[in-house]
Amino acid sequence: MSTFWGYVRADGLGERVGIRNHLLVMPSVVCANDTAVRVALQLSGAVYVTHQHGCAQLPPDAAQTLRTLAGFGANPNVGACIVVGLGCETVRAEDVAAEIERLSPSKPVFCLSIQESGGTIAAIERGVRAGREMLAAMSEMRREERPLSDLVLGLECGGSDAWSGLSANPAVGWASDRLVKAGGTSILSESQEMIGAEHLLAARAVSPDVGARLVAVVRRAEEGAMSFGVDIRGSNPTQGNMQGGLTTLEEKSLGCIAKGGTAPLLEVLDFAERPTKRGLVVMDTPGHDIESITGMVAGGAQAIFFTTGRGTCTGCPVAPVIKVCSNTPTFERMRDNMDVDAGSIISGSRSIPEVGDALFEELLRVANGKSTKSEDLGYGSFAINRIGPTQ
Amino acid sequence: MKPCDAHRVTDRDDVAVVVRDVAAGENLTLGSGAEITAVTPIPSGHKIALRDIAAGENVLKYGSVIGAASADIPKGAHVHVHNLGGVRGRGDKARVLGAQ
Repeated sequence: MSTFWGYVRADGLGERVGIRNHLLVMPSVVCANDTAVRVALQLSGAVYVTHQHGCAQLPPDAAQTLRTLAGFGANPNVGACIVVGLGCETVRAEDVAAEIERLSPSKPVFCLSIQESGGTIAAIERGVRAGREMLAAMSEMRREERPLSDLVLGLECGGSDAWSGLSANPAVGWASDRLVKAGGTSILSESQEMIGAEHLLAARAVSPDVGARLVAVVRRAEEGAMSFGVDIRGSNPTQGNMQGGLTTLEEKSLGCIAKGGTAPLLEVLDFAERPTKRGLVVMDTPGHDIESITGMVAGGAQAIFFTTGRGTCTGCPVAPVIKVCSNTPTFERMRDNMDVDAGSIISGSRSIPEVGDALFEELLRVANGKSTKSEDLGYGSFAINRIGPTQ
Repeated sequence: MKPCDAHRVTDRDDVAVVVRDVAAGENLTLGSGAEITAVTPIPSGHKIALRDIAAGENVLKYGSVIGAASADIPKGAHVHVHNLGGVRGRGDKARVLGAQ
């Protein structure tokens, strides 16, 4: 299989292809959360996010919030977007909408202000009326056959155990290598979980500059944690990681980076930044699963491989999250949340390439429309990485 | 991965991961066919020392350093937070990055 079927969106850089077709309702500021949720609940099939940002932020922090919100709305899985603002916030709804339109010019975007609308009830009415027209137009959008080079995959792990680095992560790495060979893009994330393994990734960088940048973002993550004067262990690895057999962050990291396979490292991105190259890239995200996934989806990832050993239920509002379980007992215990069992690698009944190939095929099925467990449950977490204190 | 009782990721590693709960005194087979006797109980997924490791020595897994022994670890013993510490991200030790 060398193609998939997706929704083609005109884009500032050419075309991007969605594997879902969501109407997204998004507040630009915490004050607009309730109103955005009420708009979405009136629109069958709409998804929404809420967050605690958008005001009382210093300029670099506000810029990261704006970049994350706009990138999320511009993700090709979003067919249309409604941005709700209060009216006096730092991250204004009209600025988020304008940035989405710049990144994704063909996308219908509707922007509204609660203050200008005359309060929340009037704002909700405006949003719902606009959303109904968007849904009607979206219902006529059709999938087209596209090459695998149009796929951008995000790589995530959470609730890891000792098996994660031996089964699920290397199997995902095998699938990631296959996607890269087919011309697609994989984003490896979580700078903190490269601490102790950065020498291996830097050695795969295509240039000394890329390698140096990788080492620099990992060092910044380490220094940030160390500035609190405590051992990072306990925060990372977590208590659950340790119960699962992981003893130190270095050990966790060495297993974590196996998700990136063996492909050369082409570039290192800021949080929520779009890749400029096709192949394996790293995004500088925190170890916080939801923030990391949000950053990669804001950077354009259409799907996420999420490996776990202890079990996790996380979804993303606009992108399918495929759960890959490192061991069969957890897979059996949390069947409602797990998509693929990689535990057979431990018993030796299946090899890493066999499970990796199965994962690659599953990715293409999900790209073509097959729902994941977190989608079936309607799970969609969202979190913006904050880099400055609240003002 | 080859069916075995304890999985050693690379030939350089000082530890192997046991694939089931192990009692003290059990003989375990590694993927290479080598054998080792557990001298402590070890939970499934946790590590067994493949050699005597002195306090302060670096410990290798995946062929890389995963930390340093915080106590003497006899061959065959459970290796975990009670006898292995990380060397990175140790704000508690106030190590100045870049000064080593």
